[in-house]
Amino acid sequence: MDVSRGASHAEAAPSTGTTIVACTYKGGVVFGADGRVSIGNYIMNRASNKIAPLSDYIFLCRSGSAPDTQIISDNVRHYLHQASAESGEEPSVLMAANLVRLLNYNNKDHLVGAMLVVGWDKHAGGQLYGVPISGTLAKEKWAIDGSGSSYIWGYCDSEFKEDMTRAEAENWVKEALALAMTRDASSGGTIRMYTLDDAGVHYTYIPGDQVPQFMGDLPFPTGGPVGAVLGSAGREGGMVIG
Amino acid sequence: MLPRPTTHSKALGPGVAGPELAVATSAVLDRPPQPIAHLPLSGAQPCAVDPAVLGDPRQHTKYPYVTGTSVMAIKYKDGVLVGCDTLGAYGTTKRYKSTQRIYRVNSKCVVAAGGEISDFQYISNLLDELTTEDYRIDDGLELTPQEVHSYLCRVMYNRRNKFDPLWNSLVVGGMQDSQPFLGMVGMVGTHYTDSHVTTGFANQLARPLFRERQQDDMSEEDALQLMYDALKVCYYRDKVSINKFQIAKVTKETGASISEPFALDMRWDYKLFAQPTKWAVGAW
Repeated sequence: MDVSRGASHAEAAPSTGTTIVACTYKGGVVFGADGRVSIGNYIMNRASNKIAPLSDYIFLCRSGSAPDTQIISDNVRHYLHQASAESGEEPSVLMAANLVRLLNYNNKDHLVGAMLVVGWDKHAGGQLYGVPISGTLAKEKWAIDGSGSSYIWGYCDSEFKEDMTRAEAENWVKEALALAMTRDASSGGTIRMYTLDDAGVHYTYIPGDQVPQFMGDLPFPTGGPVGAVLGSAGREGGMVIG
Repeated sequence: MLPRPTTHSKALGPGVAGPELAVATSAVLDRPPQPIAHLPLSGAQPCAVDPAVLGDPRQHTKYPYVTGTSVMAIKYKDGVLVGCDTLGAYGTTKRYKSTQRIYRVNSKCVVAAGGEISDFQYISNLLDELTTEDYRIDDGLELTPQEVHSYLCRVMYNRRNKFDPLWNSLVVGGMQDSQPFLGMVGMVGTHYTDSHVTTGFANQLARPLFRERQQDDMSEEDALQLMYDALKVCYYRDKVSINKFQIAKVTKETGASISEPFALDMRWDYKLFAQPTKWAVGAW
């Protein structure tokens, strides 16, 4: 009999059981997300993109219900596009954050979206706003969300420093994501990371087999034929497979 | 007069389509009670539990806590291969990454389990008692996999009858009279034998691969490659799994052995993975 009798994949809505991490640093802002979308226990997409552009320099990190966050990002992208057409300027991050927040707040009973609005504008440089479910707006120096975030509060609290360099901030984000992905089954796959500074947008993609691994995991075999195997012959009765 | 629905679209408004329209008429409500298979007409509870059990202070397993995921196993020319990962998950937390979910009974038989790890450790203990007894008697006879399969089936079924199941899906693999043996026992006592056997997610993901490629006379090399592919697809698509596997091999010549944990290389280099939403901004 099947053990997964409770895992109602048919009824479960697709959710970005996710980890999203963002932080400001001296000169800009770095943010990233994992790549796993699951329905029940089934991984529907192992390399998804949970970071949606709202404008050229403003992005939305999405967690919670996948369709809810997608519709919010579509709507806010449209509003921002109109606003920047009317004003002739790039939209401000605060405006984007408020739009996301208002959608969450006014549709509080229906939407389940926990998001981070991250961007760079000429008024205040790199900024990060947390917009959790129910429509609070929180300007933060660093923020994490999604199911995987539970596992990394300790790491983030102890390792975050004010005014990090770009390299330190990128490393902080990458480590936080990797640590969450190694323990949260609802997060995993690829890491997508962005850095925004006054020079522009820099995108880093880390495929699943290059994500940092930790004690208890085995490193991904590199090169070698498909089916290459790592491991050693061992105990009495043990053998090398393959 | 109910509004006439012209489509099934609820966008037309409430009360136009949907379950609200299924209002029982008097013809339905005043019908004499029809007998239903699982409910007595008297209106009593369908299942009577021994009152002595209700006062029992022991906890009955209602849901699993630390769980293992899929197990998959195939027969091949020389014997059987049984494979699974080494994760003991705590809900959706990947908590214990070195749990051994395959138990070597003797040189002819291994048992692997998905489901509650503590119950599997209890089962391993029971089997250990049986093999210790065999060792003590020292008559050259060992438990065969078919005997282990029958024994476990009885254990699981009897626990189920007490409403206290061992929350496992068990795979029994080995050599029975020089022939490969492969069987499954579920948590309610359902059991069968077959040329390939899967539990959990592998039912959906690995079984199609086995149906297509498994042959009872396949070579060990082909069998291993098939097992790797099955383990890989379960890792790709089961979120509660890790890239750390063990395979047990039981053959007549080499007896029963369980490999050290190993990782498989996975494909993450698809071009589309790098920028999946380039032409579909806002999608995922």
